[in-house]
Amino acid sequence: MFSSEHDAAARRGWLDERLGLAAIREFIAHKTVPVHSGTVWYYFGGITLFLFVIQVITGILLLLYYRPTPGEAYESVQFIMTQVQFGWLVRSIHSWAANLMILFALIHMFSVVFLHAYRRPREVTWLSGIVLLALAFAFGFSGYLLPWNTVSYFATKVGADMAASIPGIGSYVARFLKGGVDVGGATLTRFFGFHVAVLPGLTTLLLLLHLALVQRLGISSPPRVVEESLRKGQKIAQMPFFPNFFLRELMAWYVTLALLGILAALFPWELGEKADPFLPAPAGIRPEWYFLAPFYTLKLLPGHIWFFEGELVGFVGFGLLALWWAALPFWATNRRGLLRSQLVSGVGIALLAYLATFSFLGYWR
Amino acid sequence: MILWTVSLMTMVLWLALPLAASDTCAECHAALEGELQAPAVVFVNDVHRRVGFGCADCHGGDATAKDPEVSMSRARAFLGKIARSSVPRLCARCHSDASLMHRFKPQQRVDQLAQYQTSVHGRRLAAGDEAVANCVDCHSVHDIREVKDALATVHPLRLTETCARCHADPEHMKKYKIPTTQFADYRESVHWEALSRRRDLSAPSCASCHGNHGAAPPEVASVAAICGTCHALLEDLYNRSPHQPVFSSLGMAGCVTCHGNHAVYKPSARMLAGSDSVCSQCHDQQSGGGKAASEMGALISRLQKEIDRAAEIVERARRSGMEVSESLLRLQEGRQSIVKARVAVHNSRVDAVAEPVNEGLLIAAETYQAGEKALKERDIRRVGLSISLLAIFATVVGLWMAIRSIEGQSAGGSS
Repeated sequence: MFSSEHDAAARRGWLDERLGLAAIREFIAHKTVPVHSGTVWYYFGGITLFLFVIQVITGILLLLYYRPTPGEAYESVQFIMTQVQFGWLVRSIHSWAANLMILFALIHMFSVVFLHAYRRPREVTWLSGIVLLALAFAFGFSGYLLPWNTVSYFATKVGADMAASIPGIGSYVARFLKGGVDVGGATLTRFFGFHVAVLPGLTTLLLLLHLALVQRLGISSPPRVVEESLRKGQKIAQMPFFPNFFLRELMAWYVTLALLGILAALFPWELGEKADPFLPAPAGIRPEWYFLAPFYTLKLLPGHIWFFEGELVGFVGFGLLALWWAALPFWATNRRGLLRSQLVSGVGIALLAYLATFSFLGYWR
Repeated sequence: MILWTVSLMTMVLWLALPLAASDTCAECHAALEGELQAPAVVFVNDVHRRVGFGCADCHGGDATAKDPEVSMSRARAFLGKIARSSVPRLCARCHSDASLMHRFKPQQRVDQLAQYQTSVHGRRLAAGDEAVANCVDCHSVHDIREVKDALATVHPLRLTETCARCHADPEHMKKYKIPTTQFADYRESVHWEALSRRRDLSAPSCASCHGNHGAAPPEVASVAAICGTCHALLEDLYNRSPHQPVFSSLGMAGCVTCHGNHAVYKPSARMLAGSDSVCSQCHDQQSGGGKAASEMGALISRLQKEIDRAAEIVERARRSGMEVSESLLRLQEGRQSIVKARVAVHNSRVDAVAEPVNEGLLIAAETYQAGEKALKERDIRRVGLSISLLAIFATVVGLWMAIRSIEGQSAGGSS
């Protein structure tokens, strides 16, 4: 008995010496999470991470059978769904988890906005999160084409053609995306390359930075909670990260897994019909739900606004809006360093209302 | 500087004025009212105007003269309103001129007048009946558009209405003693459905069977040949069938005898079997021909039923989210077997119909099984999901109890 305890301690000592586990144990033992009425929002970043891991695992499994050529892509996905054991489940989970990941990333972003967690010194954490969200959109756009079905083919065509309206570099961007003058085999292979190599690599690096910053700076408490604790002269209530918060996060992951299982089993992701570039675009082609709001806005714009093309004005507008949103931590405080919390919350609500309304209209009209 | 600019503008205007005033017909008529104004308004869209022709090219006169007394004088060869009997020859001045037409439409035929003269319309016009259709009645007068223009009166989707303006008018047709139900009958036909609903512009309308400029009712002997223009295989089968010599000797018009002329319905097994079938009009049900017809009808009905049954289960599986695109493709082949069987009826032999029917029955059985398998798979998935959800639920409850226990212990410890 004594000797086995002694052996375990010796093994720990051996690992500590080489990996520095004691420091990690020490860090985890002292890491805490603030407890207040908004603590529930802290789980959404972890859920997004969990879904990303699921994407990586299911993506690797799909890679075993998927073939990125126009002649074989659709058939290989069909093979995965009909012939490969549990292939339907893996593909459905991959597609559903992709959509849920973007949904939870958006919830995470808005929770950061409304809890004002972007404020000093977490500006870089916010910026890395915004770039991660952009990468998630890029994952969605590139992955949408891979099954090479009618809807994905024409939606990509519309998206790539829209990119051509970007001022100055539009035609180069469109050509770079398509790998030629039109969406074809070259587009499929480069989208596949982006989807399985470039984007996962970039995302992993940024994710590590994002997580490292969260660990280094700790979890932010909302200003109202900080003010209340100062007023009462009490410390903000804390919960140990391990095991208390971690186990709760684990519960959230299991619930997410159950939701994924229900969606994948009851509403398997449809494959549709194989794309035929020679056929006219079917009616009602629309992008994935997370691109609907800008898509519908661009559709609403008149052909010309003053001397400029409507689409061009739209793109410039969205570009400036995205930059302004990314710079949130820098305009959220005034010259005296005081937080403009009401302004930020107001802008957040307005943006949410715009995204919800225009996505709804884009879907139904 | 200002003086120089004003002088330049005046000079430009002075030079431009004669150009702007080159079509005095359109200028004056646009300023008139009613009947005299209408041609100037609609001529803007006319195909002839777009390629450079003006009023004077048909009506004569001088479109550059400002004085109406001069522009519309006999001295300037003004023709005025064209007599109906003169319209075909007037149009033919250009449309029968191959070298002129080649400049605008190299592929266009130049024998419209010759064809028109062979038509019932042309022959009656030559005989002095001015109530029959001439060029402008079908193509419109001053708003003539190319056939491919969706607004043209002779566009495939509008042609039937154009013909019906006269042919569905009982008053107009009274003196010719011909029926006026063709338009209503055609609108119920499978041809109109293809044209209007499926937007298949190659589907037949009036001109496809009767001809356009040489419009005439087909002779009884040539009906099969006319239908065979599109249904070539069916024409061939019919010509080799025992029906052809019989129909021919009895003066019955091939295809029309069974399928009708204007109201051509979608063929079904009911045309073959039953007391109100087409075959029963000639064949007694107990006769050899009657029995063969019933047998062919029963075979096609059975195939249709089996394909529908398979389609229903496959569709149910598809709605459940199962991947059944291969079965859907096979079902299309099955439906083609029904078409093949209907075509084979024209052989008038049961064994010829049985061959595609058996092919189709095999496909129906195969796809039905695939549908059943997909639904079973769906049920297995749901059972698997239930078990997984139970396991996840148990894990979540376990985690919750663990958290409660840990937090209970730490709360006890701290107190």
